[in-house]
Amino acid sequence: MNECRDLINTLAACLSTSGWDPGLAQFVQILLGVVLVTLAPLIIVIFLIWVERKFAARIQDRIGPNRVGPWGLLQTIADALKLITKEDITPAGADRVVFNLAPIVSVVSVILIWAVIPLSPIHIGVDLEIGALYFIAVGSIGTLAIMMAGWSSNNKYALLGAFRVVAQLVSYEIPFVFAILVPVMLAGSMGMQDIVDAQRGMWFAVLSPIAAAIFFLSAQAETGRAPFDLIEAESELVAGYNIEYSGMKFGLFFAGEFVHVLTNALLLVALFFGGWVGPFVDQLPILGFVYMFGKAALFYLFSLLLRNTLPRVRIDQMMNFNWKFLVPLSVINVAVVAFLLQVVRALGLAPASGMENDLIANLPQAAVLLAGNLVIIAVVLQLLRNAGRRDRSAEAVVVSKEDEMLPAQAAH
Amino acid sequence: MLELNAQTIGFFIFSALMVGGGLGVVTSRNLIHGALYLILSLFGGAGLFVLLSAPFLAAVQILVYIGAIAILIIFAVMLTRSMTRMGEVFNTQWWLSALVAIAVFALLVVGVIMPVFGGLDMSTVSAEVGTTMELGIALVDGNQFVLPFEVASLLLTAAMIGAIVIARDRD
Repeated sequence: MNECRDLINTLAACLSTSGWDPGLAQFVQILLGVVLVTLAPLIIVIFLIWVERKFAARIQDRIGPNRVGPWGLLQTIADALKLITKEDITPAGADRVVFNLAPIVSVVSVILIWAVIPLSPIHIGVDLEIGALYFIAVGSIGTLAIMMAGWSSNNKYALLGAFRVVAQLVSYEIPFVFAILVPVMLAGSMGMQDIVDAQRGMWFAVLSPIAAAIFFLSAQAETGRAPFDLIEAESELVAGYNIEYSGMKFGLFFAGEFVHVLTNALLLVALFFGGWVGPFVDQLPILGFVYMFGKAALFYLFSLLLRNTLPRVRIDQMMNFNWKFLVPLSVINVAVVAFLLQVVRALGLAPASGMENDLIANLPQAAVLLAGNLVIIAVVLQLLRNAGRRDRSAEAVVVSKEDEMLPAQAAH
Repeated sequence: MLELNAQTIGFFIFSALMVGGGLGVVTSRNLIHGALYLILSLFGGAGLFVLLSAPFLAAVQILVYIGAIAILIIFAVMLTRSMTRMGEVFNTQWWLSALVAIAVFALLVVGVIMPVFGGLDMSTVSAEVGTTMELGIALVDGNQFVLPFEVASLLLTAAMIGAIVIARDRD
């Protein structure tokens, strides 16, 4: 019964040997795979909410949920039950179909991404040839869900919130895509397994730390988390696009957001931090899950730390940060990495074929690309320093002029 | 000649989405609903691309068209005075559009459906499936499509500059 050893990938073959119709066995395997990939994030999210609440509580010197179950672990389940049993309210004047469709589209757009996340050398929903492009594409449907929610609620705060979302998400998608272009270029493929496989020798985060940082920052903005949580700026928009939602429909938006943060951490690990690559992963593929989720958990906690400790930026600051900083930086980074990659190949510094998985053979290429990135960082820091100095001296001129005026004039 | 398998069922589902969405676009009085129907229709198109083994085009279809429709909806919200129902007909030349639509449909019937079902040689369609990499190379290869590709990019750049010029404040 060799077919029955690794059940997740060879269930169909296993069932056929025990007398099932091959077509039916294939269908059952695909169906179970889809259910598994879809349910996994939804089950994980129950615990993510607990982690987030505990983490935020510790930062704010509180204890957090601690009554339901050990360490309050079952608090989220109690909350979910409460949300499900709440009255389902659709506001008067709302567009009923669109209003009810929006939370579903929002969650689906995130869960669809899980289809291409490589969890171990052999465990992936589908290893699409265009994996990287696929998750950008389905991710863009999330923008649409928020627009649908904001418009159909028949509420001006919801609509204003939705306008902001579209401005924010569409803008931050540009550095996001340019950051993904770097690992795609380095691996020479858009398939997620190929990208992870190409990092056996060296993590892409070492080759291009700028791209990894841009990916993390713009992913943080894409999920609408602080400091980029203008989508639901309570002080300005009451609650933003989801103001009219209650019960589980509201819960779905939040489940989608929590899953999205974890999804982005997983994508960051897969694209830049070696994914499932680690010792003994080829002998024991299940170790890939440990490496993958272990690294993703670190970035998830870092994202929570940012969320709980940074103040919210203003909308103009956020737009300036994107269009005047992230976008030019990401474009320059892609151009420099592409150029240096060709230089490396022309000089014969790239690891020889068959040696791609060797750390030493990867060092020359990594050194050249890293040096390129460090030069960019140095130039950017110098430019920022000059700009900051200019701003400060401009302010100083204003202040000194005020000093010269009489107090009565200065008041006007 | 028509056998019922998973591909045919998929084709009919996606075609129904496309045609149904298209009908919804032209019949709905609500601009937002029209845009949402357009998404449904484009989604069906993406599904057809998947059936044709062109996953790259399917992903681009979703990314470029469906991703950008949220912005289209915003324009719709801004342009409509009452957001719920539009009673007036703004376009007085609707019969011209109908005429053009019928003419295009007739052309498609003659040009696409007739050769395939009219007993023409079926082998003209290559069974070979191009990969995404081949598509990428074809777009930048001097012997293939680099010129149309660059001309299209130039056109889009010109359109973008035009949009910026129109949107800019005169100061």
